[in-house]
Amino acid sequence: MKRLLAGTALAVTALTGAAQAGSHAVSACLITKTDTNPFFVKMREGAEAKAAELGITLNSYAGKIDGDHETQVAAIETCIANGAKGILLTASDTSSIVPAVQQARDAGILVIALDTPLDPIDAADMTFATDNYLAGLLIGQWAKATLGDAAADARIATLDLNVSQPTVDVLRNQGFLDGFGVDLADPNVIGDETDPRLVGSDVTDGNEEGGRRAMENLLAKDPTINVVHTINEPAAAGAYEALKAVGRENDVLIVSVDGGCPGVQNVKDGVIGATSQQYPLLMASLGIEAIAAWAADGVKPQASEGKDFFDTGVALVTDKPAEGVESIDTAKGMELCWG
Amino acid sequence: MSQSDNYESAASQAATEVASFDEHQKGLLGKFHHALHVTPALVPLIVLVSAIVIFGLLLGSRFFSPFALTLILQQVQIVGIVAAAQSLVILTAGIDLSVGAIAVISSVVMGQFTFRYGLPVEISVLCGLAFGTAIGALNGWLVAAMRLPPFIVTLGMWQIVLAANFLYSANETIRSQDIAEQAPLLQFLGTKFNIGGAVFTYGVIFMVALVLVLAYVLRHTAWGRHVYAVGDDPEAAELSGVNVKATLISVYAIAGLICAFAGWALIGRIGSVSPTSGQLLNIESITAVVIGGISLFGGRGSILGTFFGALIVGVFTLGLRLAGADAQWTFLLIGVLIIAAVAVDQWIRKVAA
Repeated sequence: MKRLLAGTALAVTALTGAAQAGSHAVSACLITKTDTNPFFVKMREGAEAKAAELGITLNSYAGKIDGDHETQVAAIETCIANGAKGILLTASDTSSIVPAVQQARDAGILVIALDTPLDPIDAADMTFATDNYLAGLLIGQWAKATLGDAAADARIATLDLNVSQPTVDVLRNQGFLDGFGVDLADPNVIGDETDPRLVGSDVTDGNEEGGRRAMENLLAKDPTINVVHTINEPAAAGAYEALKAVGRENDVLIVSVDGGCPGVQNVKDGVIGATSQQYPLLMASLGIEAIAAWAADGVKPQASEGKDFFDTGVALVTDKPAEGVESIDTAKGMELCWG
Repeated sequence: MSQSDNYESAASQAATEVASFDEHQKGLLGKFHHALHVTPALVPLIVLVSAIVIFGLLLGSRFFSPFALTLILQQVQIVGIVAAAQSLVILTAGIDLSVGAIAVISSVVMGQFTFRYGLPVEISVLCGLAFGTAIGALNGWLVAAMRLPPFIVTLGMWQIVLAANFLYSANETIRSQDIAEQAPLLQFLGTKFNIGGAVFTYGVIFMVALVLVLAYVLRHTAWGRHVYAVGDDPEAAELSGVNVKATLISVYAIAGLICAFAGWALIGRIGSVSPTSGQLLNIESITAVVIGGISLFGGRGSILGTFFGALIVGVFTLGLRLAGADAQWTFLLIGVLIIAAVAVDQWIRKVAA
């Protein structure tokens, strides 16, 4: 296996070396959870464009499905064998990947976590990500302000990601509840709140099918739900179908996170009330820049002021701005959207 | 259904005898055993009815309402349709791991042909159905003519089709609103109508009709008998004049067609065309088939059992969610049911003591 890896590494190096004859090229790796999710597709585009601009050789790897941890470990090992200068990683399993990441760092490689912080967060040299708590907070505040006095007796449903409650899921959910004015109890756990306005939560796997099923289940529990938080826009689209089936699509407020193009379009069409947009392209291009700096003069990227990661920004997209919550309209959102 | 008399007679027998408490326990058990033996769908039916009754008692009208009960039908329609296809394949002692992928790529073909190439939506739907049938036929040809194990063939096909699906669609979702505006026929199977508080969709009607038609075909036509014969003992079937190869290819092709219909129903259910849907349909359909009492060794079981199996999963899923249980408990219980179902199947097969 080792020999095969070394052989592969040699072959790849020879090939890329031929393309970059003369200079000792800097090479970088991008490892995503999957290569099918438009979010990661966009991330790869951003990384490739920036790498081409800076003359860096980029190799991309991805898990077969969300949660495919082994493929990611193998990819890190390949990058080490390849003599990469830096690795950009969106980890499927944030704690199990740590030993492999440590191995890469020991080999002098700069490891940057994109989008998903590792567990612990300092297992990577730096994290470039959306502040998911803030993303949740914004849609929570917007929903509260939009409902006005009715917020006091809202009926809230949260459509989350999956039963293992990954950090991104918890941060968005708890941020939303915090923004809406719900007491969180433990801010690291979904579902331990005692606020009577909460109808319940269900899991969606972040797709349309799961969104619809979860919404149906919660409507069966309480048909008067009028505020729905969704983990992402596909789940929101599914929830909308379920609401449409019972004729309640116009009196329920759906909020979401992502800012993908179909999602922003759905905000424009009134399917989703507001969504928090994130910027995968920026995450990836900044990551490549950081690797270039590291290769040139050994400088590591710094975290944002007052945070333990580098915040790549988030904006609330809605056509119905609410008092006291900053937002951009869907026209602007469409310019900045991804996937 | 000629079986319905059997159900009633079996049920009424069981009821009277359970009430009369005497020493003919063995005889009773024997009779019950025999009833189970001749109607393979009876076990899942008993489990299904018990599950509905138990959840009904626990949750009251929240669960035991026309709305909630028909909601279960809507939630299992895709799995139900795919499981019908899976049943046909498993009856021939095969297995089809590519069912979910075929369903998804068929739905993507229907959507992309309409939106990318501007074909009339009727043609696109037909193309999707043809595409699913073709992949199924290819599976069948590899199994029957090339004599490759079905597990291997469909394991490979699953990955080929899923990858092709992502490559072709670039994983782009076609939004529900655009479909409703420009190609409502794609959402046809999602059309709903109410009868009192009960809500049905054409997809649900299609699933029930499909199960009934297949049940009839399997019991009362030569082709249906051939399917059982091929599954039970292909050599014996060949010797008695069954064209094993043609039967196998037709089974896989029909399974592909049914999966394509499932893909169409999927668009109706989620509104959009989403290439990431249905990732677990192969496992979910096999689960329904196993809980429904069809033997994985082929040649035994009924398609009605599969339908009940799919409903059992649906009842457990919704019931546990309404009861506020963690979603993991659903998986755990489904796992228990799978093993229990096979254990019961073995017990039924035992020659009565």
